[in-house]
Amino acid sequence: MRPLLELRNVTKCFGGLVAVNNVDLQIEPGRIASVIGPNGAGKTTIFNTITGIYRPDAGTIRFDGQNIAGKRPDQITAAGMCRTFQNIRLFHNMTVLENVLVGAHTQTPSTLWGAMLRTRSFQLAEERARQEAIRLLRYVGLPAGLGDQLAKNLPYGQQRRIEIARALAANPKLILLDEPTAGMNPQETEAAIRLFRRLRDELGVTVVLIEHDMKVVMGISEYVTVIDYGQKIAEGTTAEVRKNQRVIEAYLGRSATSAQGPVGEGS
Amino acid sequence: MSVARHSQLSPLQRLLQGTPGLWIVLAVAAGASYGFVQSPRSLPVRLLLIFSLLLIYFMPQKGWVKLLYGGGMLLIVLPYLGLFNPFLMELGFQIAAFATLAIGLNIVVGFAGLLDLGYVAFFAVGAYLWAFFGSQQLWHTDEAPGTFTIFATFPFPAWWFWIFLGVGVVGAAFTGVLLGFPVLRLRGDYLAIVTLGFGEVIRVMANNLDKPINLTNGPQGITPIQRPPIPSFFTSPEILEQLGQLAGRPVGLNDLYGFFFYFMAVAILVLAIFLALRLDNSKLGRAWTAIREDDVAAVAMGVPLRRTKLAAFAIGASFSGAMGVLYAANRTFVSPETFSLTVSISILVMVILGGLGSIAGVVLGAAIVTMLNIDILQTLSLQLSSLRQGSGTIPLLGIPWASLPTQLDPARYQRLFFGLLLIVMMIFRPEGIIPSQRRRLELHEEPAQEPPAAQIEGEIEPDHKLES
Ligand SMILES: Nc1ncnc2c1ncn2[C@@H]1O[C@H](COP(=O)(O)OP(=O)(O)OP(=O)(O)O)[C@@H](O)[C@H]1O
Ligand SMILES: [Mg+2]
Repeated sequence: MRPLLELRNVTKCFGGLVAVNNVDLQIEPGRIASVIGPNGAGKTTIFNTITGIYRPDAGTIRFDGQNIAGKRPDQITAAGMCRTFQNIRLFHNMTVLENVLVGAHTQTPSTLWGAMLRTRSFQLAEERARQEAIRLLRYVGLPAGLGDQLAKNLPYGQQRRIEIARALAANPKLILLDEPTAGMNPQETEAAIRLFRRLRDELGVTVVLIEHDMKVVMGISEYVTVIDYGQKIAEGTTAEVRKNQRVIEAYLGRSATSAQGPVGEGS
Repeated sequence: MSVARHSQLSPLQRLLQGTPGLWIVLAVAAGASYGFVQSPRSLPVRLLLIFSLLLIYFMPQKGWVKLLYGGGMLLIVLPYLGLFNPFLMELGFQIAAFATLAIGLNIVVGFAGLLDLGYVAFFAVGAYLWAFFGSQQLWHTDEAPGTFTIFATFPFPAWWFWIFLGVGVVGAAFTGVLLGFPVLRLRGDYLAIVTLGFGEVIRVMANNLDKPINLTNGPQGITPIQRPPIPSFFTSPEILEQLGQLAGRPVGLNDLYGFFFYFMAVAILVLAIFLALRLDNSKLGRAWTAIREDDVAAVAMGVPLRRTKLAAFAIGASFSGAMGVLYAANRTFVSPETFSLTVSISILVMVILGGLGSIAGVVLGAAIVTMLNIDILQTLSLQLSSLRQGSGTIPLLGIPWASLPTQLDPARYQRLFFGLLLIVMMIFRPEGIIPSQRRRLELHEEPAQEPPAAQIEGEIEPDHKLES
């Protein structure tokens, strides 16, 4: 099958630091894939490069048949890819509903003139976007009636859900989740895993997640890519990666200094 | 915006509820009007009039009732009172004009969060557009200022004013885009400095574009600028006669223009309010708020940063373009001085004082600052100087008024008052007098919980590309 997302020899440097070094990555459509690696390995930088926030210094990125390397983030989002952030980046002083409506920006066909004249098509588009946003909030499991709250006033776990709803509002083919369960308690994590599965199974969205929690990674990934020092050091199914000598070293090697648990320990 | 409305009423508002409230407001408005007829020059009466407008805004009544009251005041009562003292129309014109500017600036600063210190430039563009084409300047482009006698005919008939209202809108919007392009990549302080420079560039251009081609007539400014024709019905002797009888004094063409410009300014203001409210509550308005909140997240959600920022600059500018045309016609004179940095700052003060992002707030801010500027301080100065003429002494101190140095003239301390006002506001009510719903929540509610410390890391500084 043709991959939905394909990175070839992608490199991204910050000054002298090569944060992403010649990485190849292929994501098949309909997959749930994970990107793992020790702290500072370059995982988030890969996401930022894919979504256009950073421009790759070298390499090509193909998404859904087109080359997106060098395109603007909003163009890439419009092409059908959306994301969440490691450190939640909701619009804190907008309401929950407005947050999701901003996510629907590329999907809302209203014009300046429509907004000024309140044309029928404008009102229809607004109403439809609103209904869809409410539906999405319910879909990600947010209790009803929170739509009018300011995003910043909600607890952490719910903010993570809102971020997913906001990304879904862009109607993506591919959703990139950067440590979506960080800071969640075990129950919340369980629910989050179920949600990620439903995104794929029910909505047909391809899911790529960066995770530190090995229980999550091993529990739901169908394919795992391991990054260390900006390089891809292994990839394959969870079983394959778990056995990989370099992966074990990467984690154990760091564990002396950063107390990171080894792969497969599940905690 | 759909933030849940706070349903608690202030004590004042509770007083203005229901039928008694309607009568109270009516009584205040009627009292102020009666006071005005009795002593048309009294400052306290003018303040009471403004206060009654505020009451109308704040009274917890049905929308159409407030509209009826407000419309009645603005369109019937105030013009009627203007017959007794034309200054009221001038004051109304200036307040409405600056309120429109403040609403335009509010789109850029309040909605989109782009600090613009050169906003007056767009006002200048509108004003100079009509100043050039609505005067005889076109005949004198090859002559140095002051060396020519003014040619008799105007190149464009006066009714072209109406067309130039539109031209002013387009011209200012275009200038807004022009400013927008180079500052797209800038944020915060850098943006403020560049826009400040831009405002100065426009003013300096107005100052110096008297050579090689004399477009602006330099520091001397352009005059006379045509006013749009008033339908002959109003200028007929019978109508003037009747108005004169109402007013108890002869009413002439200048009075009519006073009314005309007042109504025009109010009309443009109402249109600006209307559009700003609608835009705020639309996809574009949400995109503005989103880039103000977090431009990286916004662009990652598909908001095109460049277009959204340019739209803010262009739309914000267009309001002041229209007002510039009107202002040029009203003054029949423009010169670069009118468009100095202090005016940009004044407009910003209106926005911040009233409440960043709040339409009602910035209108009130414009009213307060304009009143201070052209009415309150001037009146105090006048009274002080008349005291100084007399032989009285300052109570308690026993010093004669006459020995008071002229340096203590209140009108000289305009900037000081604004400075103090802003400091006091920032300490006690940083969200402005009538804050926007959003900002009220923003400044007076703590987040439910701090994010875990681990989440602070991984801050994104986007590539320059993001903004280009
Ligand atoms: N904008 C930037 N400027 C300079 N260096 C950066 C920038 N962003 C990331 N880096 C560096 O690039 C490296 C990779 O960072 P990145 O955030 O991608 O790691 P990560 O794998 O996501 O780590 P974590 O698991 O802690 O989130 C780190 O050394 C980081 O300090
Ligand atoms: Mg990261």
